[in-house]
Amino acid sequence: MHRALAIIERELRRFRRSPTLIVMSMIMPIMQLVVLGYAFGGNVKHLKVGIVDQDHGLPAVKIRELSGAVAAGARTFDTIDYADQGQALADLRNGRINGVLTIPPEFSRRVLERNQPRVALIEDNTDNFASATLVGSMGSMIAALNQPANGPRVAGQATLDVVEVYPYVPYIQYLLPGSIVMSIFMMVMIGGGIIYIDDKSRGLHEGYLVTPITKFELIAGFNVSGTIKAVLSGTTIMVVGSLIAGVPNPFDPMRLLRLELVIIVTAFALISLMFLIMVRVTDPLLPRAIFGVLNTVLYFPSGAVYPQQGFPPWMQAIAVVDPFTYAVHALKNLLLKDTGVGAIGGDLLYLLAFSVIAMTAATLLFKRTL
Amino acid sequence: MNAIDVRNVVKKFGDFTAVNGITFAVEAGEIFGLLGPNGAGKSTLIRMLTTLLPPTSGTALVNGFNVVTDADGVRKSIGVIPQATTSDLELSVRENLVIYAKLYGVPREKRTRLIHDLLESVQLLQWADKPVKNLSGGMRRRVEIARGLVHEPRVFFLDEPTTGLDPVSRVAVWEMLLKIKSERDLTILLTTHYMDEADKLCDRIAIVDHGELKALDSPMKLKASVPGRNVLEVSFGSEPDAWTRTLEALPDVEGVTGHDHMFRIASRNGPATTMALMETAAQSGVPVHSLSVQSTTLDDVFVHYTGRGLRDALQEPSAQDSPFMLRRK
Repeated sequence: MHRALAIIERELRRFRRSPTLIVMSMIMPIMQLVVLGYAFGGNVKHLKVGIVDQDHGLPAVKIRELSGAVAAGARTFDTIDYADQGQALADLRNGRINGVLTIPPEFSRRVLERNQPRVALIEDNTDNFASATLVGSMGSMIAALNQPANGPRVAGQATLDVVEVYPYVPYIQYLLPGSIVMSIFMMVMIGGGIIYIDDKSRGLHEGYLVTPITKFELIAGFNVSGTIKAVLSGTTIMVVGSLIAGVPNPFDPMRLLRLELVIIVTAFALISLMFLIMVRVTDPLLPRAIFGVLNTVLYFPSGAVYPQQGFPPWMQAIAVVDPFTYAVHALKNLLLKDTGVGAIGGDLLYLLAFSVIAMTAATLLFKRTL
Repeated sequence: MNAIDVRNVVKKFGDFTAVNGITFAVEAGEIFGLLGPNGAGKSTLIRMLTTLLPPTSGTALVNGFNVVTDADGVRKSIGVIPQATTSDLELSVRENLVIYAKLYGVPREKRTRLIHDLLESVQLLQWADKPVKNLSGGMRRRVEIARGLVHEPRVFFLDEPTTGLDPVSRVAVWEMLLKIKSERDLTILLTTHYMDEADKLCDRIAIVDHGELKALDSPMKLKASVPGRNVLEVSFGSEPDAWTRTLEALPDVEGVTGHDHMFRIASRNGPATTMALMETAAQSGVPVHSLSVQSTTLDDVFVHYTGRGLRDALQEPSAQDSPFMLRRK
C-alpha cells in the first residue's frame, strides 16, 4: 500500500502548489450561492400598476386607498393613475407597467346592490414570478375589501392555522446544500478528471506504469487523493457558505461531524463516477467538453434549486439515480433541519452503493498497460 | 545470462505490423543502441520490453524475467526514461526522485543517500529543491535520468534520450550516461535516430526499419560492412572526355558520381585511390582544385540499410498529438 501512498503524496503536493486550481474550484460555487441566493431569494417589489378608475364612487376610492397602502407599506407595487384605459393598456404592452387595474363605471352601484361587483386586473403574464406576486397581492387586497367592518363574534368559516416547524429559511440557505455538492463536483472534475487525463496525455502515467505498482494501488492512489481534494473543497464551502447564508449555530461540533461524513461519502461517490467516465478516455478535450453537460444534468434535477415535485417525469427519473439528489437531501436535513444520522441514513446508503458499483466497473475497465 | 533476450517478437495494431519478428540479445554490461528512422518500430519495441505493451507473439526476457508472465520481476529490475517528459513540473527535483523511490519501494535509510549520489552524478545537486518547471530542457532530461536510476536497476531503457536538446546538453547527457555506466553494474538499451549518438555511446547497434532488424553489430563493423570505406570529393579545373570512366578505372574505386566539375568517388582504399588519382590528373594535365577524403559514417550505414525513401504512412492519432501535450524543450 506504500505505493498508493506515494501517488497520494504526489497528487497532494501538486495540489498545494496550484493555488489557481484551488481558488477556481471554490469561487464558482460561492459565487453561485451568493448571486443565485440573492437573485431568487428576495421578495418581488415595486411592480408598476396602472389604475384606471372609471367609477369614482366610494368603494372605488377605497380600492385606490388600499392600493396606496400596499405601495407605501409592503411596496409590492407602485400605483400610477391613468384617466384613459387605452393609454394604460398601451403602456402595459410596451412594458412600461406590469399591470392595469380597471375599476369599471358601475362598480360602486354593484357593490351597494351586492350584484357581483368586479374589478379587472390586466397583467403582463410573460414574467411568471412578477405576475404571480401581483395576482397574490391584489387578491389579498380585494379579500380585505370584502371583510365586513364588524365581523361576527364567532367565525362561521373554517380557517387555516399554519405552524412552521423550523425557523424561516431564506433562499440562500436553501441553495447552500447544492453549492456544497457543486464545489465537491468542481474539484472532482478539475482536480480529478481533467488533471488525470492531462497527465495521461502528457505521458506521466507511462512513468508510473513501468514501476512495480499494482493496478489496485494505482486506482486507490488516484481516487483517495481525488477524494481528499474534493473533501477539502466541500468542507471549505460548507463553513464559508454557512457563514454567508447565516445558518444558525454553524459550528455545532456534532452537526459538523455529520456534515463531514456526508461530504466524504459524496466526494467518494462523485470521484467514482468521474473515474468510471474517464477510465478509457485519452483526449484531454473530452473532460472539458462534458464538464458543463454533467454539471447541468446532475445539479439542476437534484432539487438543489427547485423542489423535485415540480419536475416532469423524465427529469424525476434522472433525479432518482442522480447522486447529487441524495447528497443535497442529506445536507438539507443537516443544515436546515439539524437532524440526526437517522434522517440521512438512506442517502448515505445510496451514495455508498453508487460508489461501489461505479468503482467496481471502473476497476474492471482500467488497463495496466498502454 | 543475457540482460535482454528478444526472440521473434511481433507487435500488430490491427492490420498494421509495427514490429515484425525481431530477434536479438543484449549482453549484461553493454550499451546497446536501437537505431532507425521515425516510425521504424523502436518505441514499440522498447514499450514491449518495459511491459507497457504486450507483444502479439514471440517472447522477450529482461534480466531473465518474461515481460508478459513475470512483468513485475521486469519492472523491479529496470529503469525507464520514456520519450516524453514525465517528471512533475510543479514538484522539486528531489521530490520527483523521492516519489519514484517510494513507488519502487526503496527503503527510507537508503533513499536519501541514493538520491544524493544520483543528483551529484547528474550535476543537479544545487538545483535539488527547485521546481522542475524552472529547469531547462537539458536539466529536465538529467532529472529523468536520475529518476530512472533511483532504485538501482540493472537494465536502463532510454527512449530517444537527447531528442530536442541543444548540442552542449546532448554531449553533457552522453558524458553523464558514460560516467554513471562506469560506476555501476548497468546494461543500457537506448533508441535514437542520431548517428553520432549511437557511434559515441553504443557498444553494439541494431538498425531497425519497417519493424524488422536490418543489421546488428558494433559501430566499427557496421561501417566496414558498407561498400566504400572512404569517399573522395574532388573538383577539377577542366575535364577531358570520358573523365568519369578514367576515374572509375582507378584502383579500389567502387563508384563515381559527379556534376559541375565536382566528383564523389567511393573507394575501398582511400590512400591508394588518392595517390593514383593525383598521378593520373598530373599525367593528363588536369588541374585539381580541391580534394577531401572522408571515412564512412554511420549516416552512410543508416542510409545503406534503411534506404532513402520517406516512410510516409497514416497512423492512429496518439494522445501525445494533443494540443495539451507538453513538448520536450
